Amino acid sequence: MENRLAFNDVVDPKHHRKNDLGFFEYTYKAEITSIHRLTGMENLYRIQIVNPEDRKSFTFQPGQFLMLELPGIGEAPFSISSSPSRHGDVELCIRKAGNLTNFLARVPRGAKVGIRGPFGTSFPMEKMYGQNLFLIAGGLGLAPLRSAISYVQENRSHFNNVDIIYGTKEPSQLLFTYQYDLWTADDITLSITVDKPDPSWKGEVGLITGILERIFSERDDSFFKNTYAIVCGPPVMFKFVCNMLTQKDIPMEKMFVSLERRMHCGMGKCCRCNVGSTYTCLKGPVFDYWTVMNLKEAI
Amino acid sequence: MIFKVFAKEELRSFFDTLASSNKVVGPVGIGKDRHGDTLFAFEDVDRFGDLRLDYTTTRLPAKRFFLPFRESMASFSLEKGDWKKDISYNIDRPHIFFGLHPCDINALNKLDKVLLGSAYPMPYYAVKRKNMFIIGIDCTPQPYCFCRSMGSDTALHGFDMFLTDLGDRYFVEILSDSAYNLLKNIRTSDPVEGDHVHYMKVVSEKTRKFVTRVDTTDLTKILDMEFQSDVWKQWGDRCLGCGTCANVCPTCYCYNVDESVDISLQRATKDKMLYSCTVIDFAQVAGGHNFRPERHSRLKYRYYHKHRGFVEAYEESLCVGCGRCGESCLAGITVPEVIASVRGEEV
Ligand SMILES: Cc1cc2nc3c(=O)[nH]c(=O)nc-3n(C[C@H](O)[C@H](O)[C@H](O)COP(=O)(O)OP(=O)(O)OC[C@H]3O[C@@H](n4cnc5c(N)ncnc54)[C@H](O)[C@@H]3O)c2cc1C
Ligand code: SF4
Ligand code: SF4
Ligand code: FES
Repeated sequence: MENRLAFNDVVDPKHHRKNDLGFFEYTYKAEITSIHRLTGMENLYRIQIVNPEDRKSFTFQPGQFLMLELPGIGEAPFSISSSPSRHGDVELCIRKAGNLTNFLARVPRGAKVGIRGPFGTSFPMEKMYGQNLFLIAGGLGLAPLRSAISYVQENRSHFNNVDIIYGTKEPSQLLFTYQYDLWTADDITLSITVDKPDPSWKGEVGLITGILERIFSERDDSFFKNTYAIVCGPPVMFKFVCNMLTQKDIPMEKMFVSLERRMHCGMGKCCRCNVGSTYTCLKGPVFDYWTVMNLKEAI
Repeated sequence: MIFKVFAKEELRSFFDTLASSNKVVGPVGIGKDRHGDTLFAFEDVDRFGDLRLDYTTTRLPAKRFFLPFRESMASFSLEKGDWKKDISYNIDRPHIFFGLHPCDINALNKLDKVLLGSAYPMPYYAVKRKNMFIIGIDCTPQPYCFCRSMGSDTALHGFDMFLTDLGDRYFVEILSDSAYNLLKNIRTSDPVEGDHVHYMKVVSEKTRKFVTRVDTTDLTKILDMEFQSDVWKQWGDRCLGCGTCANVCPTCYCYNVDESVDISLQRATKDKMLYSCTVIDFAQVAGGHNFRPERHSRLKYRYYHKHRGFVEAYEESLCVGCGRCGESCLAGITVPEVIASVRGEEV
């Protein structure tokens, strides 16, 4: 009688990406096709999945992120900063912050990187059809927001009034300056503010909340009945902004924020991104503000 | 469900049939602690005589066989700006686990929920778990065991067969076809009414031996209400942030990922290492911001995940009450005491 137990090979090696288990570590090979210096700290990388079929089938929604891998150096999460209609030809706006991001800043065009994903929740753009939109970003928060902006531009007729409100510390830190005219050309109102102006700065000065106050005074209360908000930035910023928006009786469920936590898997397994009773990578990074208010340690 | 009984001597020949053509892991004695009590561990076992089926609780759980402390996730061959990724799940044959206690089987069942049953099942775990043949065995509750409070004192599934010691015989519960077939190698018989009575007597004697209890009534709400409580600060002041508790816990699975290039610059590896949420940089991000810089916030998070977050997701807690973390903690922090104090009870 055969008493040797048979090996049960649960992952079919030939079909890794199609098999649930094989998906886990599946990495698309992608090429850095251009590197654009945005500021002293941030570069915009255009990254294209090499296999044309995979490039087409790679779909994502604004607000989602991917894991970018440089073999032997590391892997880290980044929000996709480009339009979802461009599929697996994505743009990532990346700040030099540590090991991987500094290495990336020295990598030449044409280098091959790995991509896993896309992961996480997204801004529910279709739910916002027919509504007014506040798209609000502080600092690097413009990176995820830019994907939503592209979506709005491409589907402009689906949205009513659209405001982009953007703030940074100094004018030199402003991202995507070359796109501002294109946004306003699509009938989007753009308000920009900086904390510390330099002599050449002619725009508004102060916090984002200051701009909001100005906008509040210009619009009547009925405007806010049909308004959604997407707020990307550090917790102190979105907390103040969302609290201001609640004064206009915008329900917290109509405000969306994106959280940032340490991440090593993107799939609810490493637990590093845990916030309150849940995971940022699975139930987030995009949460509605009501949910965030109910998560311990989220703000 | 199929039950059988067999004479105790038969177990040796059962072991030999299995060990002759399979890899067997089981509890063995590995020395004495400072009180002179035997220390137990799960190790590869070749001879039946080395097995200590009367073991209490092993210091370390069996998890190194299905969630190794350090494991390679992938390797890369690097060549002029290009690379190729090879993924291996690091197992090629089944393992037989000879003598797991109910708490450790239940720990596997809990891990299954998150590592197999949720979105994105994890292949590194799945392949090992699907190649486990588990022989469970009943235990004697130790002073630190509170598995009964956590509903983990009996294992309902997640094993192939389960043994209960009836003195001169074993009572065996058979759950899998392969266990049923393997048992054909030894002499077994159907239990008679007397065996059932005997079995129930053994079980109720075991139940009477529990001395440590944890009140889990309304615990999820209490953990929310007492989130800012000073008791966390008091426990946090004692905690060393060493991570031992997660290391010895049969249900802790958090990890870190680390990539490195070898000296030839032609190969790179991506490794996964088990991590602990009580260690200082668990939630630290680039630029130095730490979401849980204080020891008490990290210790609290360990309890919050196990007894609140996991309950929300799976309607059961991520603690089987084995008591290992309390036994190993140099600061003497135990789950029953922490939970009692959060509930406002005298400790
Ligand atoms: C959902 C999400 C979206 C993000 N989007 C962007 C973006 O669009 N642009 C951008 O510049 N940055 C973004 N970040 C932050 C970015 O992930 C970190 O800057 C990056 O991980 C730093 O990696 P490093 O190796 O350079 O730093 P190190 O300090 O050397 O970090 C080592 C490892 O720790 C982990 N880690 C460290 N910091 C973070 C962090 N903040 N978040 C998650 N994991 C971290 C990563 O696995 C990283 O590889 C995002 C983070 C999250 C969670
Ligand atoms: S609770 Fe104990 S074992 Fe866990 S980290 Fe703190 S000191 Fe270490
Ligand atoms: S938390 Fe402690 S008692 Fe609970 S399962 Fe883990 S080691 Fe055992
Ligand atoms: S990133 Fe690993 S659990 Fe969320």
